[in-house]
Order: sequence, then structure tokens, then C-alpha cells
Amino acid sequence: MATTVGVVIFPGTNCEMDAVSSVERLGGTGRLLWHADDDLGDVDAVIVPGGFAHGDYLRPGAIARFSPVMGAVARFAADGGPVVGICNGFQVLTEAGLLPGALQKNAGLKFLCQPTMLRVETTESVLTRRAEVGDQLSVPINHFEGNYTCDDETLARLRDEDRVVLRYLDNPNGSVDDIAGVCNEGRNVVGLMPHPERACDDLLGSVDGAVLLGSLLDAA
Amino acid sequence: MRFDVLVDVRLRGGIADPAGATIERALPALGYEGVTEVSVGKTVRFTIEAADVTEATTRAEDLCASFLTNPVIEDASVTVEAAG
Repeated sequence: MATTVGVVIFPGTNCEMDAVSSVERLGGTGRLLWHADDDLGDVDAVIVPGGFAHGDYLRPGAIARFSPVMGAVARFAADGGPVVGICNGFQVLTEAGLLPGALQKNAGLKFLCQPTMLRVETTESVLTRRAEVGDQLSVPINHFEGNYTCDDETLARLRDEDRVVLRYLDNPNGSVDDIAGVCNEGRNVVGLMPHPERACDDLLGSVDGAVLLGSLLDAA
Repeated sequence: MRFDVLVDVRLRGGIADPAGATIERALPALGYEGVTEVSVGKTVRFTIEAADVTEATTRAEDLCASFLTNPVIEDASVTVEAAG
């Protein structure tokens, strides 16, 4: 049976069908999960996709983390289930405390929508197990608040524990230590600002996102 | 009793403030010299029902810590006074 990936929708989420489409292109099945439901059903993995959950009011992800579905996502993650937050989904996961750090406004105060080159820093995560350390991937970004920040102690821990999953080759937004994506201690929860679901088709200019989302399907 | 609450949210020291830095850089071009340490935050105002000012402050600070600020990047000060 195909791997089922639950894709969470909050009011204001807008990348859910990109996520479903790329999952299905890679042989999985996508299932939309409404934010007001506190049950994920029998999904094998979860994507928290991009957009503007609850309008990004107050702070991106600040209101979304109180949605009932996030309790279910936290339990799923605590049981080792693979969870990936993309862009606004990454912001939601940091606000929910499932990932360390926070996403600040871009250093240049510009909304950035462009391809970026990423370097795979570890294969010990649910998003990179199909990749090789050092792989360079072209994956687009599309954000205003993607400037990853955390305190020095957290940064030292992320480095020591090999939890920086992806770095930018040419840091576009001011993120500390060029960080584009991190994982939790269990390595089953990953957040990243770039959009791998928008890099799974030649028509979109890159298929480099497939190794990432394919890894998620393998992990499920 | 009802109390007016003013929450002043600021970025913590050491956290980059691109909006503040951009404003500060623009000021000399507008003829404002000698203005430094510009920082941009936000204020949140609300009223809260509580038995006394201590309870109102405790509840407002709890709300502030759990929701209105992200302690990774933000600090806040809470001012409470009886609603007029």
C-alpha cells in the first residue's frame, strides 16, 4: 500500500496541494488534514506546508500552534513519526516547540522568492536519508520571515549533535550559520524554509526536491 | 474589576532587528542626525477582568509568556492599571 502523507491545512495555508502533488508524483498518497481535527488518522508521515496560517497575525505560527491538529502532530512526533515543516510549517513547528529557534524577518527586509542552492549537511534525518552529505540542491525559497535565529547555546548544540540538516550556499536571508533546515533530537522532525515540493518537476526548473521528499516517504 | 493592560514587546538583546536598522540608516538622509539605537517592536492593548491588580498582572504576564511573545526572540514589559 502506498505511503500516506498527511498534509495539514490551517486557514491561510496555501502550499498544501503542491505538497500533495509532489508526494503523489513520488509514489505516495497525500491526505489533507484540517487544523480543527485532533486526529491524524492512520497517516505514515506529516507535512506542515507553507502559507500564512491564521494570517501570520502576531507572529507566523503563533496562533497555528494552538490548533487542535498540532496536539496530534506533537503526539505523532513523540512516537517517532516523521514530520516535516516547510516554510510557514517550519515557523509553526518552532512556535510549537517541536524544533528549536525562531524565524525572524529577512535581514534585507525583502520578501524573497528565488531559487537557492542548499548543501546537505547530514543524512541522519527523515528528510535527507536518500541524499549524500555535501549534495548541492537547487530548491526555491518564498518567504519574508526565514531568518533562522537561536541563542548561542542552542546553536552549539545543533552543531555538536549534527542537527543542522541543510545550509544555504549563499545565505539569502541572514540566517545564523547559513541554516536552512534543522531537525529535533529524535531526527524525525525537520523544518526548512526552502520548498522541496516546488522542485519535484522539470517544468518548475528543478527536481532536486525529490531526494528530500523521497527520503520522507522512505522514513514513513 | 476591569484593568487596562499594555504589553510592550521588544526584540531581545542580540537578536537582529532589520526593521530598526533600516530606519536608523534612513534617518540621516531625512535630516535627523544623532538618532541611534532604533528598535522596532509592537504593543498589544487589552482589558482584563480580575479581582485586583495583582491577579490582573499575573494573568497578563502569563498570557504574554505563553502567547504574545516568543521568548526565543522577544521580551516584553506589562503595564496594568485600573480601567477608567
